[in-house]
Amino acid sequence: MAPPAGLIELREVGKSYRRGRSARTVVENCSFTAEADRFTVMIGPSGAGKSTLARLIAGFDRPDRGEILVGGRPVTGPGRDRLVVFQESALFPWMNTEENVAYGPKANGDWTERAKALSQHMLEKVGLAAFRRRYPRELSGGMQRRAELARALVNNPEIMILDEPFRGLDAMTRRLMLEYYARLSEQAPRTNLFITTDIDEAIFLADRLLVMTHLPTQVRAVIEVDLPRPRNLAALILDDRANAIKMRALSLLHEEALKAFAGGSEAAADFVDAFRQRLGAS
Amino acid sequence: MSSEVSLSVAGHERRSSRVNLRRKLFAVSTRRAAISILLALLLWQLGASGPGWLGARIPIIGAAPSPVAVAEAWSHLVADPHYWRSWYLSLFRVLFGFASATLVGVPFGLLLAVNPTFRRISYPVFELLRPIPPLAWVPASIIFWPTQELSIAFVIFIGAFYTIVINVLGGAEAIDIRLIQAARSMGASRGNIFWRLILPGVAPSIRVGMEVAIGITWEVVVAAEMISSGSGGAGGGLGFFIWNSYIGGSYPNIVVGMISIGIAGYASSAAVRLAATRLTPWQRS
Repeated sequence: MAPPAGLIELREVGKSYRRGRSARTVVENCSFTAEADRFTVMIGPSGAGKSTLARLIAGFDRPDRGEILVGGRPVTGPGRDRLVVFQESALFPWMNTEENVAYGPKANGDWTERAKALSQHMLEKVGLAAFRRRYPRELSGGMQRRAELARALVNNPEIMILDEPFRGLDAMTRRLMLEYYARLSEQAPRTNLFITTDIDEAIFLADRLLVMTHLPTQVRAVIEVDLPRPRNLAALILDDRANAIKMRALSLLHEEALKAFAGGSEAAADFVDAFRQRLGAS
Repeated sequence: MSSEVSLSVAGHERRSSRVNLRRKLFAVSTRRAAISILLALLLWQLGASGPGWLGARIPIIGAAPSPVAVAEAWSHLVADPHYWRSWYLSLFRVLFGFASATLVGVPFGLLLAVNPTFRRISYPVFELLRPIPPLAWVPASIIFWPTQELSIAFVIFIGAFYTIVINVLGGAEAIDIRLIQAARSMGASRGNIFWRLILPGVAPSIRVGMEVAIGITWEVVVAAEMISSGSGGAGGGLGFFIWNSYIGGSYPNIVVGMISIGIAGYASSAAVRLAATRLTPWQRS
């Protein structure tokens, strides 16, 4: 039986970047599976190689070692089956919202009645129908993110790779966007690979949590998040199961974050103490 | 009924644009500018009216013809077809040189940006020739080209060409790689990426290049006309007009020529700016 199209498999992937004479290994011996039609969240300290992994899976970059399979086939370049939403807006500044959303189907020469209707539908779905003639510059941060989601989703990709897509938004907008995206993906299941540094965000979204190590990046632990859906961001705070998962993930993350500190310094020790106290208190 | 409504809306818009124009005309900034210019003219008139005023000649202004003398000379020149022919010749040369520099420079810059092989072959030569000032090309240009007109146009072309190419190249390199990546993931072809992303991405830089280049062309055309026409040719143009007025000793005409070039330069810059702004509607505030 052929593997489902939305399945992502990484096998002992490694990637180094040359900086002057020295090479920096960002990803080393990294293996994991993101199951088709499920929500996988990758969480790890910032500055680790999470974005590098996203670029490798998207096909913008090639791994130095190991292999990446999507739907059972090795990745050789970017493809319309897996679209990336980046940290900062990558909307085309010279196209208005409608043109941005329509770009994928138009570039592929399938600007049919069906595609037109779908673009229309997507614009309405992300609540930007009234802003169809606005240029990205004229949209708020939250609107830009929604426009970008619509631009990707209109292509109906098997896989969505979201690299800290709501970073930089204010807390309230970020929350709304999270709930919004969760609802959207519950309606139309597809493989989601979501990258974040925020544990609450991660638990709210994830079916499965990948806790990543500091450089060189690998999977430190896989945690199944078997909380019922639809989830409520506020109610999760009081949920015992959610909190147990959070504690486990946090202590792992914390160890990794410490490694990011320069060689066990005084500051790092203080950091550990503060964290222990907080764990004890709650 | 509805057409009546839309008519009245149109009428309202027209009226409001007239109100806007009036408001602009009487705006504080406009009045300040007018006062500043009048004051300068007054000082010039006082300074140029000779040694009687302060017992000694004021440097520069004291040697210049007064605004009244300039205005008088101008009123005669307005009826002189030779004066208008100078305008026509210079304008034509500038537009011709500028247009050819744009038509060659923009594709050349884009080709440098998107084709590494082409870049490796031609960029070193381009960089080698670039420091040579346009005016240094005048004698060589006269030798290269069969007619004087073509040699002047070539010098103007050189002046505008480098600026446009450098701007296009810089603009293309500044395009966010993630835009290209996003397009590639969505399955866009190289052609589509070029027409829909690279070209509009470079448009603001094309605009800047054109705006700077039109200024350079006026500097170059005046000097080129002075040099080339001085050697017995009958090239004409505003640069030659100034030079000829100097040779002939009609000093007010020199100033008329200078102001004429100022006006022509300003007008062509404004025209280019207006046309170029249409290239980048998404940047309009």
